[in-house]
Amino acid sequence: MLGPGTRGYSPGPTSMITFPLRRLFRRGEIMTHFIIVATMGLSLSSGSGFAEAPPIFQPGAPGTETRILTPEESLSQADTGYSADDVRFMQHMIVHHGQAVAMGELVEGRTDNPQVVLIAQRIALSQGSEIEMMRAWLYRRQQSLEMQHDGPEHGAMMPGHGGHAMGHQGHAAAPSETPLMAGMLSPAQMVELADARDAGFDRLYLVGMIHHHQGAIDMVEALLAEPGNGEDTQLSEFLSAIIADQSAEISRMRGMLAGL
Amino acid sequence: MPNFRSMVSLAALGAALAACSAPVEETVEGPPSRADLAPGIFDAESVIWNLEMTASVPPPEGFFDRETAMIPLSLPAVVEDEATDEMAEEPGDDVADEDDPDAAPAEAEEEYTGPGLLSFANSDLAFTGDRVIVGGFHGFNVFDAADPDDPEHILSVVCPGGQGDVSVHGDLVFFSTEQGRGRLDCGSGGVEEESSPERFLGVRIFDISDLDAPRQVAAVQTCRGSHTHTFVPHPTDDRTAYIYVQGTSSPRPDSELAGCSGGEPDENPETALYSIDIIEVPLDAPEQAALIARPRIFTDYETGEIAGLWAGGAMEEGAQEASATVSCHDITVYPEMNLAAGACGGNGILLDITDPVSPRRISDLADPNMAYWHSATFSNDADKVLFTDEWGGGIGPRCQSTDPENWGANLIADIVDGELQLRGFFKIPGEQSAIENCVAHNGTLVPVPGRDIMVQAWYSGGLSIIDFTDSNNPYEIAFFDRGPLGPDALRVAGYWAAYWHNGRIWAPEIVRGMDVFRLQPSEYLTANEIAAAELIRFDEANTQTQLHIEWPDQPVVAQAYLDQIERGDALEGAAIASVRSALDAWSAGSPDSAALTAASAMLAEAAGADGLVPAEARRLTELAGLLSRAG
Repeated sequence: MLGPGTRGYSPGPTSMITFPLRRLFRRGEIMTHFIIVATMGLSLSSGSGFAEAPPIFQPGAPGTETRILTPEESLSQADTGYSADDVRFMQHMIVHHGQAVAMGELVEGRTDNPQVVLIAQRIALSQGSEIEMMRAWLYRRQQSLEMQHDGPEHGAMMPGHGGHAMGHQGHAAAPSETPLMAGMLSPAQMVELADARDAGFDRLYLVGMIHHHQGAIDMVEALLAEPGNGEDTQLSEFLSAIIADQSAEISRMRGMLAGL
Repeated sequence: MPNFRSMVSLAALGAALAACSAPVEETVEGPPSRADLAPGIFDAESVIWNLEMTASVPPPEGFFDRETAMIPLSLPAVVEDEATDEMAEEPGDDVADEDDPDAAPAEAEEEYTGPGLLSFANSDLAFTGDRVIVGGFHGFNVFDAADPDDPEHILSVVCPGGQGDVSVHGDLVFFSTEQGRGRLDCGSGGVEEESSPERFLGVRIFDISDLDAPRQVAAVQTCRGSHTHTFVPHPTDDRTAYIYVQGTSSPRPDSELAGCSGGEPDENPETALYSIDIIEVPLDAPEQAALIARPRIFTDYETGEIAGLWAGGAMEEGAQEASATVSCHDITVYPEMNLAAGACGGNGILLDITDPVSPRRISDLADPNMAYWHSATFSNDADKVLFTDEWGGGIGPRCQSTDPENWGANLIADIVDGELQLRGFFKIPGEQSAIENCVAHNGTLVPVPGRDIMVQAWYSGGLSIIDFTDSNNPYEIAFFDRGPLGPDALRVAGYWAAYWHNGRIWAPEIVRGMDVFRLQPSEYLTANEIAAAELIRFDEANTQTQLHIEWPDQPVVAQAYLDQIERGDALEGAAIASVRSALDAWSAGSPDSAALTAASAMLAEAAGADGLVPAEARRLTELAGLLSRAG
C-alpha cells in the first residue's frame, strides 16, 4: 500500500554514460556511437511541492451517484479472493500441463516433420512456463503445489497416481489404460506414443495433443460454470489465455493432421 | 525460414552505402545491446536508440501498489529446489495429504486475499483534444497533455473488471469489462448469485464532461464480455457510432443475460461463439446505447456454416472439438477504406465494412508461426496489414535467444486484389531475459510520408520502431528498453502499447505509468522525415479506428521525400542537388516556381524508369506531384 507522501515522483537528472566497451567488442561491432541512458532518474520524492491529485471517483450503475474514494479505498477495491475450486483447478492443471511437456520431450529422435517439431516445441515452452506461473500462484496463497486426492464427488477426475501421468513408466505392470484425469492421455497411450516413429508418431502426437488441449478447455469451462470461480485477476487472464491459445492450436493441429 | 538478422544488416548496409561512399566497415551503425539491463521499478537501467524520452508520468495514487507490482510469476529459487525434490520422490503415497505441513510452503505468510497480479495494470490509450486517457484493470485515468512533455493528471475513475480497453469520442469514454468479478456499479467483490443483473460484462460508457462528477451513463451487457472493443463511426451520420465488441470469455447462461448460450453451432445454432457484438450508440443520448447485431464473420459463405473452415479447408471432418476461431481478439477498422482487419485467434481476417452493421469477411490467413493473432494495423494506403502474434498471452518471456524468431512476432501481409498474402516477419532481437515478459503488442503507424513505419510495444522488451515499406524485409530503426522490475523472478511489466499521436510516442507502462518520447534523427530517419511526421495532427484518435494520413504541401514534406530518394539511390547526385536547391529556396520562403516545376518534371520522368522498386517510384511520383502543385 502506498503511504502518505509517496505520490510525487520527480523526473530526476538523466545521466548519460557511454556504452560499456566490452559489449561493443562482444558484439563485434565497430564505430558505434550509441549511448545508454542509465536510470532514467525517476525517483520517489517526499511529495512536497506537488500539485494536489484530483479526487478518485467510483461511478455507480448508470443513473446513480458517483462516490469519491481515498487512495486506500481505491486500492482495496482490487482485493479479490479465490475459491477452493480455483486452487484445485491450478493443482490439476499443473499435472495436466506436465503431460504436454512430457509429450514434447518425446519428439526428439522420433520425427523430423518440421511442423510437428515446431508446434511441439511451442506447446512445451508455453505450458512449461505456465506450470511455473501456476506453482507461484499456489505458493503465494499457501496452497500445496501438488494435486490433492479427489473424492468421487469430483467427476472430472479419475483415480490415479500423481506423477505417473507424465510419461515416466517405471513399473513392471502393464501401463494403465485409464488416464489420470479426463483430457489426458493414459499411461498406455504415452507408451504407445513413445514407441511410435515418423508419420505414426506425428499422428499419435497430434491426435493426443488435440485431445489434451480440449481437456484443458473443458477444465476451464467446468471451473467457470460455477459462480465465484476464476475471479482472481491473474487467474482470469490465465483462463482466457488457455481458451484462446489452445483452441487456436487445436485448429492448427487439425490442419496438420489432415495434411499428413 | 528467412534469417531476419541478416536482412537487418543488409538493410542497414544499403542505407549506409546510399548515404555516403566511405568504406562499409566504418559506417555501419548497429543498434546497442538490450541484454542484461539492471532491474528496478523506477530506477531500472535502460537503453535508448534514436529516440529521446521527454516525459515519464508515474502511476496515480490509488492505482499503484508496490507489493502487487512485485508479485512473481515463478517460485523463489529456494522453493523451486524443494518442490523439485518433492516431485522426484518415489511416490509411495502419491496423494498429498491436505494436512501435511510439508505440502504447503513453509515460508508462506498469512493467507493472501489482497489484490492479484495485474490488479493495477495500465493498458491501452485513447486521445481526444489535449487529453490522454489511460485504461487499465482498475479503471482509467485522464491526463491533460496540452504540454505533451509535462502531462497533468486530471481524473481518476475506479471500475475494476478486466483490462479496461478504452476508446473516446468527445466527452464519452468507452470501457471494456470482461471478468466475472465485474459489477454494474463498478464495485468490488463480484456477485454471489449464479445469475444476476448486477454482474457486468460488456462495454461501459462514461461521461467525463464534468471532471468533478464523472458518470457512468450506459453499460451494455454482452454474452462474452468485452476484452477489447473498436469505435466505428457511422459512414454518414456523425451523431451515431458503433462499437465492435470482441469478447473472449466463455458465454454466459441465458438465465443471466437473455439470448446468451455457448457450445458448438452443430449443437446450438444460436451459440454466442463465432461472432462479434455490435453496439449502436446515439451520441446525443448515449444512455440508449444497445446491442443491435451479432454478425457471424467466420461463416463459410459457400456452405453457410458459421464455424467457417477458412484455413485452407484442412480441418478434420466430423470433429466435435471447438474450432480455432470463435472470436476476435481485436479488430482495427479503417473507415475511409471501408475495411477492417481482425486478429481472431487462429487467423487474421480482412472485412468489408461498407455497411458497418454487416461486416463481411473477404479474406483470411493462417500461418504455422502464429500462435494467437492479436492485433492489426493497416499501412496508410491499406495495401498491407501488420498483424501481431501474442504468443504466451503477454506474461511469458518470449523474446529470449532460444525462442524462434518468427514466433510472438509481427506478420506482415500484403493486400493483393482484396486478398491477404503472407510476406515477412519481424521480431525484436532475442536479447530479453527469462524474467522479462515479452511478445509483439500494440502499436500504430508513425506518419512519415513515403514509408511504412510502425511504433509498437513489446511489454518488457520495451518499444520498437520498424520500417516495413518492403513487407518482405522489415527492419528496426529505433527502440527503448529498460530492465525488469526486480531480480530473480519473472514479473509482469513493460509497455502495453506505444502509439504515435501528434508528434509524440505515448507508451503506457503496465506498472510504471506512462512514458512519452520523441524521435531523434539517425541514418534511418532524417530530421526532415521526423518534421514531416510531426506535422500530422488529429483532434481525436482511437488506435483501432485507423485514420487516413494526408500530408500537407509543405517544403519539409518534400524534403522528407527527397531524403528518402537520396537514401535509396534512385537519382543521381546532381539531380538530387538541383531538387534540393529548389526545395531550400521554397523552405526559405522564396519559392522559384520555374525551378519547382522543372524539378517536378524531372522527378516524374525518373519515376518511369525501369527497375525501380515500387516504393521508390511512388516517392518520386509523390514528390513530383507535390512540386507541381507548389510550382
